[in-house]
Amino acid sequence: MVTETTEEAAARLVESLLKGNRRAAGRVISAIEDGGDAVEMLMRALYPHTGRASIVGITGPPGAGKSTVVDELIRVMRADGRAVAVLAVDPNSPFSGGAVLGDRVRMMRHATDPEVFIRSMGARGHLGGLALASHNALLALDAMGFSDLLAETVGVGQSELEVAGTADTTVVVVPPGLGDGVQAIKAGIMEIADIFVVNKADHPQADRVVADIRDVLRMDLKRPEWTPPIVKTVATAGEGLEDLWIRIRQHRRYLEESGELERRRRARLEQEIVEIAERRLREQVLRPRTATPEFRAMLTDVVERRMNPYEAAEQIVPKTAAAG
Amino acid sequence: MSEPRLRILMAKAGLDGHDRGVKVVARALRDAGMEVIYTGLHQTPEQVVRAAVDEDVDAIGLSILSGAHMTIFPRILELLREQEAEDIILFGGGTIPEDDLQELKRMGVAELFTPGAYTQEIVEWVRENVGEKAAGGSAAPS
Amino acid sequence: MLKDRTLEDDYRSWRESHPPHNRDWDFTTLSGEEIAPLYSPLDIADESYTRDVGFPGQFPYTRGIYANMYRGRLWTMRQFAGFGTARDTNRRFHYLLSQGMTGLSVAFDNPTLMGVDSDDLRALGEVGRTGVAIDSLADMEVLFEGIPLDRVSTSMTINAPAAIVLAMYVAVGEKQGVPAGQLTGTLQNDILKEYIAQKEWIYPPRQGVKLVVDTIEYTAQHMPKYHPVSISGYHIREAGSTALQELAFTMADGLSYVDASLERGLDIDSFAPRLSYFWNSHIDFFEEIAKFRAARRLWARLLKEKYGAKNPRSWLMRFHTQTAGVSLTAQQPENNIVRTALEALAAVLGGTQSLHTNSMDEVLALPTEKAVEIALRTQQIIAYETGVVNTVDPLGGAYFVEAMTNRMEEGALEYFRRIEELGGVLVGIEAGFFQREIADAAFRYQRELEERRKVMVGVNDFVNDQPIDIPILKIDPEVEREQIRRLQELKRTRDNDRVDRTLAAVRDAAARDENVMPYLLESVRAYATIQEMSDAMKAVLGSYREPAFV
Ligand SMILES: Nc1nc2c(ncn2[C@@H]2O[C@H](COP(=O)(O)OP(=O)(O)OP(=O)(O)O)[C@@H](O)[C@H]2O)c(=O)[nH]1
Ligand SMILES: [Mg+2]
Repeated sequence: MVTETTEEAAARLVESLLKGNRRAAGRVISAIEDGGDAVEMLMRALYPHTGRASIVGITGPPGAGKSTVVDELIRVMRADGRAVAVLAVDPNSPFSGGAVLGDRVRMMRHATDPEVFIRSMGARGHLGGLALASHNALLALDAMGFSDLLAETVGVGQSELEVAGTADTTVVVVPPGLGDGVQAIKAGIMEIADIFVVNKADHPQADRVVADIRDVLRMDLKRPEWTPPIVKTVATAGEGLEDLWIRIRQHRRYLEESGELERRRRARLEQEIVEIAERRLREQVLRPRTATPEFRAMLTDVVERRMNPYEAAEQIVPKTAAAG
Repeated sequence: MSEPRLRILMAKAGLDGHDRGVKVVARALRDAGMEVIYTGLHQTPEQVVRAAVDEDVDAIGLSILSGAHMTIFPRILELLREQEAEDIILFGGGTIPEDDLQELKRMGVAELFTPGAYTQEIVEWVRENVGEKAAGGSAAPS
Repeated sequence: MLKDRTLEDDYRSWRESHPPHNRDWDFTTLSGEEIAPLYSPLDIADESYTRDVGFPGQFPYTRGIYANMYRGRLWTMRQFAGFGTARDTNRRFHYLLSQGMTGLSVAFDNPTLMGVDSDDLRALGEVGRTGVAIDSLADMEVLFEGIPLDRVSTSMTINAPAAIVLAMYVAVGEKQGVPAGQLTGTLQNDILKEYIAQKEWIYPPRQGVKLVVDTIEYTAQHMPKYHPVSISGYHIREAGSTALQELAFTMADGLSYVDASLERGLDIDSFAPRLSYFWNSHIDFFEEIAKFRAARRLWARLLKEKYGAKNPRSWLMRFHTQTAGVSLTAQQPENNIVRTALEALAAVLGGTQSLHTNSMDEVLALPTEKAVEIALRTQQIIAYETGVVNTVDPLGGAYFVEAMTNRMEEGALEYFRRIEELGGVLVGIEAGFFQREIADAAFRYQRELEERRKVMVGVNDFVNDQPIDIPILKIDPEVEREQIRRLQELKRTRDNDRVDRTLAAVRDAAARDENVMPYLLESVRAYATIQEMSDAMKAVLGSYREPAFV
């Protein structure tokens, strides 16, 4: 609820966050979620303090064991001295727009650890998209000093893939027994994986999934430098998580040494700037010109074939203007 | 901008496993358009308050059926004060005898619902009491 | 065939000349099952008396597990009790026995049920609240002081730490000079329904089942008169399930224990006769009676036909019943006496072997002595005044009851198919199948109440504004302090080296996947606490984390 506050209030809130005040951090993230002008003010204050933490996205189909993997990963990372913040993004919301966010249930044992921060995020109608809101929320936690950020998302839809796309390292959690094997999740998800986790390895079909993934990877010739490793875990028994943590760090090293991190972040920021600018164009240029009676009349002309869509668009944004 | 939404932490304290009520209420709040964060069972007051702070909720709905309400509610109020989070509204439900109920309200529990309460009654109460306060609140830290 | 057709014709012409004029009401059971305005022989045309109903005491036992039922022996009137310290509960036991109660039933407090000692932070405010606080053998000795365990059978409602408590019971027997083989009673020890409904767990499901099988194996070898598992639908129902779900999920749990025991290498007839059930008796009278009858027939058929049990005692579904806690209301609590009486009557007409009747004030707090007495008197009135005990299964053959019984059985078989498709009970638990089914049913019922399609007298209809006012038994906070003092005193005075040694042995046995019972018994004898023993096993077996199914 920062919408009404001034630049100063935003700066004060961020200052408090930078000192490690969790209450302030909680509120900053809420303000980011609520959207509006406050976001820009907050980001102005936050941005210089970001860029240090590494972001690991954990994605996969519903019920794959992502939250359990995250919970166990927190344990391993804490033992390694890391300060971990988790953003559990759950975009499932029924018709009412409400949601029950339950990912943190599996992580509650870490709730009182001062070096762990867990935040749940629902879908809402995030302006600028869920991906931007969740990324900004992660930046806030980065600024607060958490060394490692984990973002859990369900890998089913486009917006979740976008959320995963903002991570430095993407871990795809695959459960055994997915009907048609990996094919079911291949589309979209396989391409973004830096590391595969075959969770529920206590399940008899786990090895089949490992073989399936290997087959898919063999055909994937796009990535000569980094072949995504496959880690088997039994998250409920805490098995395989040390191995996963090693792989995550290896990937991090690869990103840094190869310059890939730089490239990824650059590409992502470019995309982000363009998206912000596009939205602005839509709001400041397009919307005023399309929310007019003249536009409605023109639309009728197009519908009744007196004008074609190109001619109509020309009226709103003349070609020369678009080009220049 | 998108519409600010009420965020409610539904928490289950104590060692008992009676989550029928808390789940029914969680669903009803969800259906009323709220964002409900569920803690799961067997939570300590410390866990509940930390979750409320990290999640920046507008209210905590605490369900206790273990008979420990006179221990757990006051402890949560105390922790909220320590965390400068006394603006987070605490309400609750459970089998709570009348005199305990009055005592808890005196201490600062905003409302208590006993068995037989309608979920709609709870939803209305949250809308009126938490909704109002959240809309009038400010983000500036004290 | 010819005769049936005539009856159908008769029915049709009767129906046409008497079209139903229903008032505006939902004629469904509490669980939402449609009920027809009339039942006749047509509804049970497919039923064969010999094959599907039979005589009591004979396969498939639809009418009762004993030929003579309550003419031979009444059910055991077993009131669940426990509060405060072992000393407080022991006093209540002596009072109940003096009032004509015929079996004991121990309610443990939440910390004990979770394997947490009274001096642990998590137990704060809960010691002795909703049951008796037991930390070690020392408390168990006091709990059963003056109660001859070779003559009084005891039921113990405990699950995750059940193996530990069983070991304690054996050890108290030893102190009284009663050998394990003489001990009678029942351990609830149904861990699967904890993950599904009651949610007081310690270890992950597979490990939980392993411990259950340990107790089944141990009692099969050493305690032939003891019932190691009471497969419980009660809590599934209290969590909001329908009657059919209660029946199907519970029996699926029961079959899982059978499967796991067979996997251990036990012979079916060595343990099946001592498995028993624990059902809820809710307020929809005939639906409940049908549930009990269907359960009896289903179990007999499964054990005989699917598992090939030879001993007819393996086929018998013996059961304890408790009236439905969730049917009680805080408003106008005296009405609860009536509800409980009707529910108890359904349990008796359904052929229960033992019965707990809830006290009118249980919805508010622990029952007072007066309320407990009325609850017990309710059973005595049914047994000695109403005459329903004079003949076996008085409702057998009633068209409605037989038709409902068949429907229950078919519905359960359908659920079994779905569970099997999922990959069994354990996979269903992991996937949240049961939890979601129950939460959906609970939510549906709450809706129906709020829309007044179902009525609870005094809650959503026939309401009065009288304040809720009945005397409530309160637990003195001193109980907690005293219990902690006792525990800490014990920890100072016992032989702690011996405790550590025996705990290490428990841990090692669990790691070797051996039966932990003999090792637990050694630890119990050394006065190790319930938490010490639970933690020792947890170190090896792991702990359970709740999945988030709302
Ligand atoms: N057998 C087995 N079960 C597991 C394992 N990991 C997780 N589970 C179970 O799988 C279920 C789902 O686990 P979650 O961690 O909630 O899965 P998730 O992917 O976060 O689920 P959503 O957030 O709802 O998409 C739970 O019942 C877990 O206990 C595993 O390694 N083995
Ligand atoms: Mg999850």
